[in-house]
Amino acid sequence: MNISMTLNPENLLSFSPLHRLQWEEAQQKTVILYPEGMVELNQSSAEILKLCDGSRQLAQLVQELETKFETTGLTDDITAFLEVALKNGWITQN
Amino acid sequence: MAGLLKTNTPPRWLLAELTYSCPLQCPYCSNPLDYTAYKNELSTDDWKRVLTQARKMGAVQLGFSGGEPLTRPDLVELVQYARELGYYSNLITSGYGLTEEKIIQLKTAGLDHIQVSIQASSQELNDHIAGTASFEHKQNVARLVKKHGYPMVLCVVLHRENIHQMPEILEMAEALGADYLELANTQYYGWAHINRDLLLPTKEQFETAEAIAQAFKEKVAGKMKIYYVVPDFYEDRPKACMNGWATTFLTIAPDGMALPCHSARELPNFDCPNVKDFSVSEIWNDSKAFNFFRGFEWMQEPCRSCDEKEKDFGGCRCQAYLLTGDASATDPVCSKSPQHGVIDELITSARTSALSDDEKPLVFRNSKNSRR
Ligand code: SF4
Ligand code: SF4
Repeated sequence: MNISMTLNPENLLSFSPLHRLQWEEAQQKTVILYPEGMVELNQSSAEILKLCDGSRQLAQLVQELETKFETTGLTDDITAFLEVALKNGWITQN
Repeated sequence: MAGLLKTNTPPRWLLAELTYSCPLQCPYCSNPLDYTAYKNELSTDDWKRVLTQARKMGAVQLGFSGGEPLTRPDLVELVQYARELGYYSNLITSGYGLTEEKIIQLKTAGLDHIQVSIQASSQELNDHIAGTASFEHKQNVARLVKKHGYPMVLCVVLHRENIHQMPEILEMAEALGADYLELANTQYYGWAHINRDLLLPTKEQFETAEAIAQAFKEKVAGKMKIYYVVPDFYEDRPKACMNGWATTFLTIAPDGMALPCHSARELPNFDCPNVKDFSVSEIWNDSKAFNFFRGFEWMQEPCRSCDEKEKDFGGCRCQAYLLTGDASATDPVCSKSPQHGVIDELITSARTSALSDDEKPLVFRNSKNSRR
Protein backbone atom coordinates (compact mmCIF):
# COMPACT_ATOMS: atom_id res chain seq x y z
CA MET A 1 0.00 0.00 0.00
CA ASN A 2 1.24 3.45 -0.86
CA ILE A 3 1.13 5.49 2.27
CA SER A 4 2.28 8.75 0.79
CA MET A 5 -0.10 11.42 2.02
CA THR A 6 0.14 13.85 -0.87
CA LEU A 7 -1.74 13.46 -4.07
CA ASN A 8 0.44 12.83 -7.07
CA PRO A 9 -1.39 13.89 -10.27
CA GLU A 10 0.66 11.45 -12.35
CA ASN A 11 -0.46 8.37 -10.44
CA LEU A 12 -3.44 6.16 -11.11
CA LEU A 13 -6.13 6.34 -8.46
CA SER A 14 -7.67 3.21 -6.93
CA PHE A 15 -10.25 2.63 -4.28
CA SER A 16 -8.63 0.94 -1.27
CA PRO A 17 -8.93 -2.85 -1.19
CA LEU A 18 -9.31 -2.55 2.59
CA HIS A 19 -12.58 -0.61 2.27
CA ARG A 20 -15.85 -1.24 0.52
CA LEU A 21 -17.90 1.30 -1.42
CA GLN A 22 -21.56 0.41 -1.49
CA TRP A 23 -25.00 1.86 -2.23
CA GLU A 24 -27.29 1.57 0.79
CA GLU A 25 -30.93 1.30 -0.15
CA ALA A 26 -32.21 2.00 3.38
CA GLN A 27 -30.22 5.21 3.63
CA GLN A 28 -30.47 6.19 -0.02
CA LYS A 29 -26.78 6.91 0.12
CA THR A 30 -23.45 5.54 -0.98
CA VAL A 31 -21.32 4.60 2.01
CA ILE A 32 -17.74 3.54 2.69
CA LEU A 33 -17.49 0.50 4.93
CA TYR A 34 -14.41 -0.54 6.88
CA PRO A 35 -13.74 -2.46 10.09
CA GLU A 36 -16.45 -1.42 12.52
CA GLY A 37 -17.12 1.83 10.77
CA MET A 38 -19.08 3.58 8.07
CA VAL A 39 -18.89 6.95 6.33
CA GLU A 40 -21.92 8.31 4.49
CA LEU A 41 -21.10 10.09 1.29
CA ASN A 42 -22.85 12.88 -0.53
CA GLN A 43 -23.51 12.39 -4.20
CA SER A 44 -20.49 14.20 -5.58
CA SER A 45 -18.04 12.39 -3.29
CA ALA A 46 -19.59 9.10 -4.31
CA GLU A 47 -19.22 9.96 -8.01
CA ILE A 48 -15.55 10.79 -7.53
CA LEU A 49 -14.77 7.60 -5.62
CA LYS A 50 -16.57 5.41 -8.11
CA LEU A 51 -14.12 6.57 -10.76
CA CYS A 52 -11.12 5.57 -8.63
CA ASP A 53 -10.80 2.15 -10.19
CA GLY A 54 -7.12 2.10 -11.04
CA SER A 55 -7.56 3.30 -14.63
CA ARG A 56 -7.44 7.08 -14.27
CA GLN A 57 -5.14 9.87 -13.16
CA LEU A 58 -6.40 13.05 -11.59
CA ALA A 59 -6.77 15.01 -14.85
CA GLN A 60 -8.71 12.23 -16.57
CA LEU A 61 -10.99 11.87 -13.60
CA VAL A 62 -11.72 15.60 -13.49
CA GLN A 63 -12.40 15.69 -17.15
CA GLU A 64 -14.79 12.79 -17.03
CA LEU A 65 -16.81 14.35 -14.23
CA GLU A 66 -16.88 17.75 -15.90
CA THR A 67 -18.27 16.12 -19.01
CA LYS A 68 -20.79 14.08 -17.08
CA PHE A 69 -22.14 17.08 -15.16
CA GLU A 70 -21.69 19.50 -18.05
CA THR A 71 -19.58 21.93 -16.10
CA THR A 72 -15.99 23.17 -15.73
CA GLY A 73 -13.62 24.26 -12.99
CA LEU A 74 -13.98 21.18 -10.79
CA THR A 75 -10.23 20.58 -10.40
CA ASP A 76 -9.81 22.31 -7.05
CA ASP A 77 -12.82 20.70 -5.39
CA ILE A 78 -11.98 17.25 -6.63
CA THR A 79 -8.34 17.57 -5.63
CA ALA A 80 -9.30 18.70 -2.15
CA PHE A 81 -11.66 15.77 -1.71
CA LEU A 82 -9.15 13.23 -3.02
CA GLU A 83 -6.58 14.52 -0.57
CA VAL A 84 -9.01 13.86 2.26
CA ALA A 85 -9.75 10.43 0.81
CA LEU A 86 -6.07 9.63 0.62
CA LYS A 87 -5.46 10.72 4.16
CA ASN A 88 -8.31 8.53 5.36
CA GLY A 89 -6.99 5.57 3.45
CA TRP A 90 -10.08 5.34 1.19
CA ILE A 91 -7.97 5.53 -1.95
CA THR A 92 -4.45 4.55 -2.91
CA GLN A 93 -2.29 5.75 -5.78
CA ASN A 94 0.05 3.62 -7.75
CA MET B 1 -44.92 13.36 25.00
CA ALA B 2 -41.71 12.03 23.57
CA GLY B 3 -43.72 9.11 22.22
CA LEU B 4 -45.45 11.34 19.72
CA LEU B 5 -42.30 12.97 18.46
CA LYS B 6 -40.29 9.84 18.44
CA THR B 7 -39.23 8.36 15.15
CA ASN B 8 -37.02 5.36 15.64
CA THR B 9 -33.76 5.32 13.80
CA PRO B 10 -33.18 1.89 12.27
CA PRO B 11 -30.44 -0.42 13.58
CA ARG B 12 -27.15 0.00 11.72
CA TRP B 13 -25.00 -2.39 13.72
CA LEU B 14 -25.92 -5.97 14.37
CA LEU B 15 -23.86 -7.97 16.81
CA ALA B 16 -24.50 -11.67 16.36
CA GLU B 17 -23.25 -13.51 19.42
CA LEU B 18 -23.28 -16.94 17.85
CA THR B 19 -22.37 -18.92 20.94
CA TYR B 20 -21.22 -18.61 24.53
CA SER B 21 -18.77 -21.45 24.20
CA CYS B 22 -15.15 -20.39 24.18
CA PRO B 23 -11.87 -22.18 24.76
CA LEU B 24 -10.45 -19.16 26.59
CA GLN B 25 -11.23 -17.91 30.07
CA CYS B 26 -10.62 -14.15 30.08
CA PRO B 27 -11.46 -12.72 33.49
CA TYR B 28 -12.92 -9.56 31.89
CA CYS B 29 -15.24 -11.39 29.49
CA SER B 30 -18.44 -9.45 28.84
CA ASN B 31 -20.57 -12.59 28.65
CA PRO B 32 -23.06 -13.00 31.49
CA LEU B 33 -21.78 -14.72 34.63
CA ASP B 34 -24.41 -17.40 34.29
CA TYR B 35 -23.73 -18.01 30.58
CA THR B 36 -23.89 -21.79 31.09
CA ALA B 37 -27.60 -21.42 31.86
CA TYR B 38 -28.41 -20.51 28.25
CA LYS B 39 -28.24 -23.70 26.32
CA ASN B 40 -30.55 -23.46 23.34
CA GLU B 41 -28.48 -21.84 20.64
CA LEU B 42 -30.27 -20.46 17.60
CA SER B 43 -30.27 -22.70 14.54
CA THR B 44 -28.70 -21.73 11.24
CA ASP B 45 -32.15 -20.91 9.86
CA ASP B 46 -32.96 -18.69 12.83
CA TRP B 47 -29.78 -16.72 12.19
CA LYS B 48 -30.52 -16.40 8.49
CA ARG B 49 -33.97 -15.05 9.25
CA VAL B 50 -32.55 -12.52 11.71
CA LEU B 51 -29.87 -11.39 9.25
CA THR B 52 -32.46 -10.94 6.51
CA GLN B 53 -34.86 -8.98 8.70
CA ALA B 54 -32.23 -6.69 10.18
CA ARG B 55 -30.68 -6.01 6.79
CA LYS B 56 -34.05 -5.01 5.42
CA MET B 57 -34.35 -2.43 8.19
CA GLY B 58 -30.96 -0.96 7.30
CA ALA B 59 -28.37 -2.82 9.39
CA VAL B 60 -25.11 -2.89 7.47
CA GLN B 61 -22.28 -3.56 9.91
CA LEU B 62 -22.38 -7.09 11.20
CA GLY B 63 -20.20 -8.56 13.93
CA PHE B 64 -19.92 -12.28 14.43
CA SER B 65 -18.83 -12.72 18.01
CA GLY B 66 -19.47 -14.87 21.05
CA GLY B 67 -17.95 -16.64 22.96
CA GLU B 68 -15.75 -17.86 20.20
CA PRO B 69 -17.69 -17.72 16.91
CA LEU B 70 -15.27 -20.20 15.32
CA THR B 71 -16.80 -22.96 17.43
CA ARG B 72 -20.04 -22.69 15.40
CA PRO B 73 -19.89 -25.22 12.56
CA ASP B 74 -22.13 -23.05 10.35
CA LEU B 75 -19.93 -19.94 10.53
CA VAL B 76 -18.83 -20.08 6.88
CA GLU B 77 -22.40 -20.60 5.73
CA LEU B 78 -23.59 -17.59 7.74
CA VAL B 79 -20.74 -15.43 6.46
CA GLN B 80 -21.66 -16.29 2.90
CA TYR B 81 -25.32 -15.56 3.54
CA ALA B 82 -24.42 -12.21 5.10
CA ARG B 83 -22.31 -11.31 2.08
CA GLU B 84 -25.19 -12.04 -0.25
CA LEU B 85 -27.35 -9.68 1.77
CA GLY B 86 -24.74 -6.92 1.47
CA TYR B 87 -23.50 -6.79 5.05
CA TYR B 88 -19.99 -5.72 5.90
CA SER B 89 -19.01 -8.55 8.18
CA ASN B 90 -16.53 -8.53 11.01
CA LEU B 91 -15.30 -11.67 12.72
CA ILE B 92 -14.45 -10.97 16.33
CA THR B 93 -12.29 -13.82 17.45
CA SER B 94 -9.64 -14.89 19.91
CA GLY B 95 -7.96 -16.55 16.93
CA TYR B 96 -7.90 -19.77 18.88
CA GLY B 97 -8.43 -22.66 16.50
CA LEU B 98 -8.21 -20.48 13.39
CA THR B 99 -6.27 -22.23 10.63
CA GLU B 100 -5.01 -20.87 7.32
CA GLU B 101 -7.48 -23.09 5.54
CA LYS B 102 -10.37 -21.55 7.49
CA ILE B 103 -9.06 -18.04 6.84
CA ILE B 104 -9.15 -18.74 3.09
CA GLN B 105 -12.58 -20.36 3.29
CA LEU B 106 -14.00 -17.36 5.13
CA LYS B 107 -12.45 -14.97 2.63
CA THR B 108 -14.03 -16.84 -0.26
CA ALA B 109 -17.34 -16.79 1.57
CA GLY B 110 -17.09 -12.99 1.71
CA LEU B 111 -15.85 -12.12 5.18
CA ASP B 112 -14.60 -8.53 5.23
CA HIS B 113 -12.39 -8.42 8.25
CA ILE B 114 -11.00 -10.39 11.15
CA GLN B 115 -10.35 -8.86 14.52
CA VAL B 116 -7.92 -10.89 16.57
CA SER B 117 -7.66 -10.27 20.27
CA ILE B 118 -4.34 -10.64 22.00
CA GLN B 119 -4.28 -10.50 25.77
CA ALA B 120 -0.80 -9.07 26.26
CA SER B 121 2.53 -8.49 24.51
CA SER B 122 4.29 -11.38 26.21
CA GLN B 123 3.57 -15.06 26.04
CA GLU B 124 3.54 -15.56 29.77
CA LEU B 125 1.00 -12.86 30.49
CA ASN B 126 -1.15 -13.59 27.45
CA ASP B 127 -1.46 -17.23 28.35
CA HIS B 128 -2.14 -16.42 31.99
CA ILE B 129 -4.94 -13.96 31.20
CA ALA B 130 -6.47 -16.15 28.50
CA GLY B 131 -6.29 -19.11 30.84
CA THR B 132 -4.96 -21.11 27.88
CA ALA B 133 -1.67 -21.31 26.00
CA SER B 134 -2.46 -19.30 22.88
CA PHE B 135 0.09 -16.53 22.37
CA GLU B 136 2.21 -18.04 19.57
CA HIS B 137 -0.84 -19.17 17.70
CA LYS B 138 -2.50 -15.75 17.90
CA GLN B 139 0.59 -14.04 16.50
CA ASN B 140 0.61 -16.48 13.67
CA VAL B 141 -3.08 -15.95 12.99
CA ALA B 142 -2.51 -12.20 12.87
CA ARG B 143 0.13 -12.68 10.18
CA LEU B 144 -2.10 -15.00 8.16
CA VAL B 145 -5.03 -12.58 8.32
CA LYS B 146 -2.79 -9.95 6.80
CA LYS B 147 -1.35 -12.33 4.23
CA HIS B 148 -4.80 -13.13 2.89
CA GLY B 149 -5.70 -9.51 2.27
CA TYR B 150 -8.01 -8.74 5.15
CA PRO B 151 -7.71 -5.46 6.99
CA MET B 152 -6.02 -6.62 10.18
CA VAL B 153 -7.43 -5.40 13.42
CA LEU B 154 -5.69 -6.25 16.64
CA CYS B 155 -7.58 -5.81 19.83
CA VAL B 156 -5.99 -5.65 23.23
CA VAL B 157 -8.14 -5.30 26.31
CA LEU B 158 -6.32 -3.21 28.89
CA HIS B 159 -6.36 -3.68 32.65
CA ARG B 160 -4.02 -3.52 35.61
CA GLU B 161 -2.12 -6.67 34.71
CA ASN B 162 -1.10 -5.59 31.20
CA ILE B 163 -1.42 -1.82 30.97
CA HIS B 164 2.25 -1.36 31.85
CA GLN B 165 3.07 -3.23 28.63
CA MET B 166 1.71 -0.38 26.49
CA PRO B 167 5.04 0.32 24.73
CA GLU B 168 5.52 -3.36 23.89
CA ILE B 169 1.89 -3.77 22.82
CA LEU B 170 2.31 -0.91 20.36
CA GLU B 171 5.56 -2.35 19.05
CA MET B 172 3.95 -5.75 18.61
CA ALA B 173 1.06 -4.25 16.64
CA GLU B 174 3.47 -2.41 14.39
CA ALA B 175 5.63 -5.49 13.86
CA LEU B 176 2.58 -7.56 12.95
CA GLY B 177 1.49 -4.91 10.45
CA ALA B 178 -1.89 -4.18 12.04
CA ASP B 179 -4.05 -1.79 10.03
CA TYR B 180 -6.11 -0.98 13.08
CA LEU B 181 -5.31 -1.34 16.73
CA GLU B 182 -8.09 -1.29 19.24
CA LEU B 183 -6.88 -0.49 22.72
CA ALA B 184 -9.93 -1.21 24.76
CA ASN B 185 -9.83 -0.37 28.40
CA THR B 186 -11.84 -2.97 30.25
CA GLN B 187 -15.48 -2.08 30.66
CA TYR B 188 -16.66 -3.32 34.01
CA TYR B 189 -19.62 -5.57 33.20
CA GLY B 190 -20.00 -9.32 33.30
CA TRP B 191 -16.87 -11.02 34.56
CA ALA B 192 -14.94 -7.77 34.74
CA HIS B 193 -17.45 -6.48 37.27
CA ILE B 194 -16.63 -9.22 39.77
CA ASN B 195 -12.89 -8.93 39.08
CA ARG B 196 -12.80 -5.17 39.24
CA ASP B 197 -10.57 -4.85 42.29
CA LEU B 198 -7.94 -6.84 40.47
CA LEU B 199 -8.35 -5.31 37.01
CA LEU B 200 -8.89 -1.59 37.45
CA PRO B 201 -5.59 0.25 36.89
CA THR B 202 -4.69 3.23 39.01
CA LYS B 203 -5.17 6.70 37.64
CA GLU B 204 -1.41 7.12 37.18
CA GLN B 205 -1.24 3.91 35.17
CA PHE B 206 -4.08 5.08 32.93
CA GLU B 207 -2.53 8.44 32.32
CA THR B 208 0.90 7.07 31.52
CA ALA B 209 -0.51 4.45 29.14
CA GLU B 210 -2.76 6.92 27.40
CA ALA B 211 0.05 9.43 26.86
CA ILE B 212 2.21 6.71 25.30
CA ALA B 213 -0.64 5.56 23.04
CA GLN B 214 -1.41 9.13 21.92
CA ALA B 215 2.20 9.84 21.01
CA PHE B 216 2.36 6.60 19.05
CA LYS B 217 -0.86 7.44 17.25
CA GLU B 218 0.81 10.46 15.71
CA LYS B 219 3.88 8.48 14.78
CA VAL B 220 1.91 5.89 12.80
CA ALA B 221 -0.71 8.24 11.31
CA GLY B 222 -1.58 7.08 7.79
CA LYS B 223 -0.31 3.55 8.47
CA MET B 224 -2.22 2.29 11.47
CA LYS B 225 -5.44 3.60 12.94
CA ILE B 226 -5.66 3.44 16.70
CA TYR B 227 -8.97 3.31 18.48
CA TYR B 228 -8.52 4.09 22.13
CA VAL B 229 -11.55 3.10 24.16
CA VAL B 230 -11.47 5.26 27.26
CA PRO B 231 -12.14 3.98 30.70
CA ASP B 232 -14.76 6.23 32.13
CA PHE B 233 -14.17 5.80 35.86
CA TYR B 234 -11.53 8.51 35.72
CA GLU B 235 -13.65 10.94 33.71
CA ASP B 236 -16.26 13.29 35.07
CA ARG B 237 -18.81 12.60 32.34
CA PRO B 238 -20.07 9.17 31.34
CA LYS B 239 -19.76 7.72 27.84
CA ALA B 240 -22.64 8.11 25.42
CA CYS B 241 -23.40 4.46 25.82
CA MET B 242 -24.45 2.63 22.64
CA ASN B 243 -24.88 6.01 20.97
CA GLY B 244 -28.19 6.16 22.84
CA TRP B 245 -30.36 3.22 23.85
CA ALA B 246 -31.75 1.32 20.86
CA THR B 247 -30.78 3.95 18.30
CA THR B 248 -28.02 2.15 16.42
CA PHE B 249 -26.97 -1.16 17.99
CA LEU B 250 -28.76 -4.45 18.16
CA THR B 251 -27.25 -7.49 19.84
CA ILE B 252 -28.65 -10.97 19.48
CA ALA B 253 -27.47 -13.39 22.17
CA PRO B 254 -26.75 -17.06 21.40
CA ASP B 255 -30.20 -18.17 22.59
CA GLY B 256 -31.95 -15.53 20.48
CA MET B 257 -32.54 -12.91 23.12
CA ALA B 258 -32.47 -9.45 21.53
CA LEU B 259 -30.57 -6.86 23.54
CA PRO B 260 -30.20 -3.09 23.06
CA CYS B 261 -26.69 -3.48 24.47
CA HIS B 262 -24.71 -6.64 25.06
CA SER B 263 -24.86 -6.27 28.84
CA ALA B 264 -28.59 -5.61 29.02
CA ARG B 265 -29.20 -9.19 30.04
CA GLU B 266 -27.87 -8.19 33.47
CA LEU B 267 -30.70 -5.71 34.06
CA PRO B 268 -33.24 -7.26 36.43
CA ASN B 269 -36.81 -8.03 35.36
CA PHE B 270 -36.07 -6.61 32.00
CA ASP B 271 -37.68 -9.25 29.90
CA CYS B 272 -35.92 -8.80 26.60
CA PRO B 273 -37.75 -10.29 23.61
CA ASN B 274 -36.49 -13.31 21.72
CA VAL B 275 -36.12 -13.59 17.95
CA LYS B 276 -37.75 -16.99 18.16
CA ASP B 277 -41.01 -15.23 19.12
CA PHE B 278 -40.89 -11.90 17.28
CA SER B 279 -39.52 -10.36 14.12
CA VAL B 280 -36.59 -7.98 14.38
CA SER B 281 -38.77 -5.02 13.46
CA GLU B 282 -41.39 -5.88 16.09
CA ILE B 283 -38.59 -6.12 18.63
CA TRP B 284 -36.89 -2.90 17.56
CA ASN B 285 -40.02 -0.79 17.19
CA ASP B 286 -42.62 -2.19 19.55
CA SER B 287 -41.02 -4.10 22.41
CA LYS B 288 -41.08 -2.65 25.88
CA ALA B 289 -37.40 -3.36 26.47
CA PHE B 290 -36.23 -1.49 23.39
CA ASN B 291 -38.47 1.48 24.08
CA PHE B 292 -37.68 1.64 27.78
CA PHE B 293 -34.72 4.01 27.71
CA ARG B 294 -35.34 5.59 24.33
CA GLY B 295 -35.51 9.36 24.29
CA PHE B 296 -35.45 11.35 27.52
CA GLU B 297 -38.78 10.68 29.24
CA TRP B 298 -37.42 7.95 31.48
CA MET B 299 -34.75 10.15 33.02
CA GLN B 300 -34.53 11.19 36.63
CA GLU B 301 -32.82 14.28 37.95
CA PRO B 302 -30.14 15.51 37.48
CA CYS B 303 -30.23 14.15 33.89
CA ARG B 304 -33.81 15.21 33.16
CA SER B 305 -33.09 18.92 33.30
CA CYS B 306 -29.45 18.71 32.27
CA ASP B 307 -28.34 20.49 29.12
CA GLU B 308 -25.85 17.72 28.30
CA LYS B 309 -28.41 14.94 28.05
CA GLU B 310 -28.38 14.90 24.26
CA LYS B 311 -24.64 14.40 24.36
CA ASP B 312 -24.32 11.42 26.71
CA PHE B 313 -27.94 10.23 27.13
CA GLY B 314 -27.33 10.02 30.89
CA GLY B 315 -24.57 7.44 30.43
CA CYS B 316 -24.75 3.69 30.61
CA ARG B 317 -27.88 1.94 31.94
CA CYS B 318 -26.06 -1.22 32.90
CA GLN B 319 -23.38 0.70 34.76
CA ALA B 320 -26.07 2.70 36.55
CA TYR B 321 -27.74 -0.53 37.61
CA LEU B 322 -24.57 -2.38 38.61
CA LEU B 323 -23.27 0.50 40.70
CA THR B 324 -26.41 2.12 42.14
CA GLY B 325 -29.00 -0.67 41.95
CA ASP B 326 -31.27 1.53 39.82
CA ALA B 327 -31.10 1.20 36.04
CA SER B 328 -32.83 4.59 35.54
CA ALA B 329 -30.40 6.52 37.70
CA THR B 330 -27.80 8.92 36.36
CA ASP B 331 -24.66 6.98 35.49
CA PRO B 332 -22.62 7.47 38.69
CA VAL B 333 -19.52 8.29 36.63
CA CYS B 334 -21.09 11.72 36.12
CA SER B 335 -19.84 14.21 38.68
CA LYS B 336 -23.39 15.60 38.86
CA SER B 337 -24.74 12.25 40.05
CA PRO B 338 -25.69 12.23 43.74
CA GLN B 339 -24.14 8.76 43.83
CA HIS B 340 -20.84 9.76 42.27
CA GLY B 341 -19.18 8.73 45.56
CA VAL B 342 -19.43 5.05 44.62
CA ILE B 343 -16.89 5.64 41.87
CA ASP B 344 -14.39 7.07 44.33
CA GLU B 345 -15.05 4.11 46.60
CA LEU B 346 -14.40 1.55 43.92
CA ILE B 347 -11.25 3.33 42.79
CA THR B 348 -9.99 3.31 46.37
CA SER B 349 -10.93 -0.31 46.81
CA ALA B 350 -9.03 -1.34 43.66
CA ARG B 351 -6.06 0.73 44.75
CA THR B 352 -6.00 -0.90 48.15
CA SER B 353 -6.12 -4.29 46.50
CA ALA B 354 -3.27 -3.32 44.16
CA LEU B 355 -1.09 -2.32 47.09
CA SER B 356 -1.89 -5.27 49.33
CA ASP B 357 0.42 -8.27 49.58
CA ASP B 358 -2.18 -10.98 49.37
CA GLU B 359 -4.55 -10.09 46.56
CA LYS B 360 -7.33 -12.57 46.04
CA PRO B 361 -7.07 -14.47 42.75
CA LEU B 362 -8.87 -13.55 39.52
CA VAL B 363 -12.09 -15.40 38.80
CA PHE B 364 -11.64 -16.90 35.35
CA ARG B 365 -14.52 -17.22 32.94
CA ASN B 366 -15.23 -20.93 32.69
CA SER B 367 -18.17 -23.21 33.15
CA LYS B 368 -17.22 -24.20 36.68
CA ASN B 369 -17.17 -20.59 37.86
CA SER B 370 -20.30 -19.82 35.87
CA ARG B 371 -22.34 -22.40 37.75
CA ARG B 372 -21.30 -21.08 41.15
S1 SF4 C 1 -13.44 -12.38 26.28
FE1 SF4 C 1 -12.10 -14.19 26.32
S2 SF4 C 1 -13.35 -15.76 27.36
FE2 SF4 C 1 -14.79 -14.13 26.72
S3 SF4 C 1 -15.55 -14.80 24.77
FE3 SF4 C 1 -13.79 -13.46 24.35
S4 SF4 C 1 -12.00 -14.85 24.22
FE4 SF4 C 1 -13.68 -16.01 25.16
S1 SF4 D 1 -26.44 14.74 34.65
FE1 SF4 D 1 -27.00 13.09 33.24
S2 SF4 D 1 -27.27 14.08 31.25
FE2 SF4 D 1 -26.18 15.53 32.57
S3 SF4 D 1 -24.00 15.20 32.13
FE3 SF4 D 1 -24.53 13.89 33.91
S4 SF4 D 1 -25.11 11.93 33.01
FE4 SF4 D 1 -25.13 13.42 31.34
